Amino acid sequence: MQAFWRDATEFLPILMSGVALTVIVTIGSLLLSTALGLVWALMRVSGIGIFTGFSAGLINVIRGIPIIVLLFYLYFVMPELGLTLTALQAAILGLGIAYSAYQAENFRAGIEAIDKGQIEAAQAIGMGWWQTMRRVVLPQAIKIVLPPYGNIMIMMLKDSSQASTITVAELALQGKLIASSTFKNTSVFTLVALMYLTMSIPLILLVRHFEKRAGHK
Amino acid sequence: MIELTNVHKSFGKVEVLKGITASVEKGEVVCIVGPSGSGKSTILRCINGLESYESGDIFVEGARVDRTAPSIVAIRTQVSMVFQRFNLFPHRTALENVIEGPLYVKKEPRAEALERGRALLAQVGLAEKADSYPPQLSGGQQQRVAIARALAMQPKAILFDEPTSALDPELVGDVLSVMRKLADDGMTMVVVTHEMGFAGDVADRVLFIDGGVIVEQGPAKSVLNQPQHARTQDFLRRVLHPL
Repeated sequence: MQAFWRDATEFLPILMSGVALTVIVTIGSLLLSTALGLVWALMRVSGIGIFTGFSAGLINVIRGIPIIVLLFYLYFVMPELGLTLTALQAAILGLGIAYSAYQAENFRAGIEAIDKGQIEAAQAIGMGWWQTMRRVVLPQAIKIVLPPYGNIMIMMLKDSSQASTITVAELALQGKLIASSTFKNTSVFTLVALMYLTMSIPLILLVRHFEKRAGHK
Repeated sequence: MIELTNVHKSFGKVEVLKGITASVEKGEVVCIVGPSGSGKSTILRCINGLESYESGDIFVEGARVDRTAPSIVAIRTQVSMVFQRFNLFPHRTALENVIEGPLYVKKEPRAEALERGRALLAQVGLAEKADSYPPQLSGGQQQRVAIARALAMQPKAILFDEPTSALDPELVGDVLSVMRKLADDGMTMVVVTHEMGFAGDVADRVLFIDGGVIVEQGPAKSVLNQPQHARTQDFLRRVLHPL
């Protein structure tokens, strides 16, 4: 146990630099996936055939490709096609795209859960499609969407470790580097696991808060 | 003001409107009665473009109703709708529900919309409920807010789709008296209803619809008291003497 604490004080500063990148990747891909997911979801419910088809097809393609392959593609293949991304950019883009499919399905479920009468009432006072979405449907859908959204945030935090496969020195990769140079596997990976858990706790509490609030209504 | 000419409408293979021809004059109160599933609500929903129709014409103040055309917005701001299940926006207060259209569709100045919104809530007897959310209101109160929301658009006509059918019996009177006052003030109204008392007292004309056609129409008193058609007689007997 004493050895663990000694290792912890020694490795923690290095691991913290990994934490910083983990947070950046998570927040970056969260924002990107939310924005893209909303776009896919709105296209899907637009009632315009070409948008609906495009969105449905795209979501299936994204869902069918493993995140790690998507990351490899962006980082290793795109340069050959003339688009060179830094490892961090590729990681955020890859995770953002991969998760946009799940975000989109979550948003769509929320939008479709809203009573049709709400949409008719909005139309009956002369609102167009976009105004109906923005003023009537989306504000009500948020309450439904938030609890699953919180879960997606937690999954994203953990899946940000996949960025290590394209050399982003986030928490998991820093841990692996320390472990392979010091052979203190137990201390290092216990620390890494605890640090992921510590970062998840606020998110878990947030999800619980969302669920309670959704339950009240 | 509202003209329907030979309107046909199907849901899939089921034809619900089989050639409806009718008109509503300015200031007139027309009640549409008939058995459920006869197409009463569909007529209303076609008039403000919530449903499309396959053939025939509907004109509102000379403009043809086509739910896919941009002109539908102008028609909807002139012809408001009150729904059976109120359809208030639950995330907005009563007052916010009322000013939503004036503020965000008609782009009226906020102060003006607020002032008229409060006046309208007072008109339907709910001045003190301005800051309540719909789930905190009774069905009758919600429906009166919905009527205020319809009035806030300063419409030329209001369509009522079974406005009291979802209400507890003791709350029906409040809503009907608000509607009666509107009728007295000269509002053009088309009301789908099962309230024969209201139809008899307030309506200028009654249309009896069955199976997607207008079976009988005429002045309220004569249709309700001396129905000519057997189907009308049968329907009225069932409604007025259910036992």
